[in-house]
Amino acid sequence: MKIAVITFPGSNCDQDAVMAAKKISNKVLNIWHKQTSLDNDLDLIIIPGGFSYGDYLRSGAMASISPVMQEVKRLADRGNKIIGICNGFQILTESKLLDGCLIRNKSGKFICQSTKLLVANNQSAFTSGYKQNQIINIPIAHADGNFFASDDVIKKLQDDNLIAFRYVDDYGVASAEANPNGSIFNIAGIFNSNKNVLGLMPHPERAIDNHLGSSDGSALFSALQLAC
Amino acid sequence: MQKLRIHIALKKGVLDTQGKAIESAINKNLGYNQISNVRQGKFIDLDIAETDPNAIKQIVEDICNKLLVNGVIENYSYQII
Repeated sequence: MKIAVITFPGSNCDQDAVMAAKKISNKVLNIWHKQTSLDNDLDLIIIPGGFSYGDYLRSGAMASISPVMQEVKRLADRGNKIIGICNGFQILTESKLLDGCLIRNKSGKFICQSTKLLVANNQSAFTSGYKQNQIINIPIAHADGNFFASDDVIKKLQDDNLIAFRYVDDYGVASAEANPNGSIFNIAGIFNSNKNVLGLMPHPERAIDNHLGSSDGSALFSALQLAC
Repeated sequence: MQKLRIHIALKKGVLDTQGKAIESAINKNLGYNQISNVRQGKFIDLDIAETDPNAIKQIVEDICNKLLVNGVIENYSYQII
């Protein structure tokens, strides 16, 4: 399995992503954003979290037109698997590889905490290691994680089963209290229509060892290993 | 050479946390009670080496669509200044 982790100026979760990737692969490439070609045989591209370009203009906006993103788009069209975590999710929406937009948290605050997520669709290479509707514990750390999209787009995401994860309470209820950032429909992560691209605000790469508070993110990476 | 100002504003209905905080500060901390519906936008000034309005329009639309503006949440307009 061959994995690329892309680093932009201001990425700060890239080494966490590399560490998670090394648990499932011995071919992990750390790619600088100015690179203008990516190998077709990449099994997985990880767009990590952080504050690319200092969140100038909008979170993820500047990175979305970095040279490497042309190649990420090309490989997304080819069907290669791509996961964007936190700022990576923002970069993927700004690149139009995923629907919607991540706006400022409803509270206006940066939120760093454990969250309970419902696995809303386990029929994908990313989520097949979980049971449908399983509740998992994955941390978030963001100021701009409030998922926003037009009513038409939300309907499409629901109708086509493209919602991967939702914020829920301990009982699996997607309540307003369990919604940390104001996301429509408690959306924490979505797929593209081919389900080869996943974006999510929570950090599965920070939940791969019980010493870190949770190992519930491991099943995402091990599922990808099985799928490749 | 023309000087342009591009105005970018959040669409109606999109949560504007900064606008809300500013409104609250005006009313609570400055003591006004006449202020409501504060919305914060931004403008970007730039010089463009074009004089043909159609060419300017084309370039501005392209850079707004590709970078400066996110059409999911924002509208924009521009003026020659």
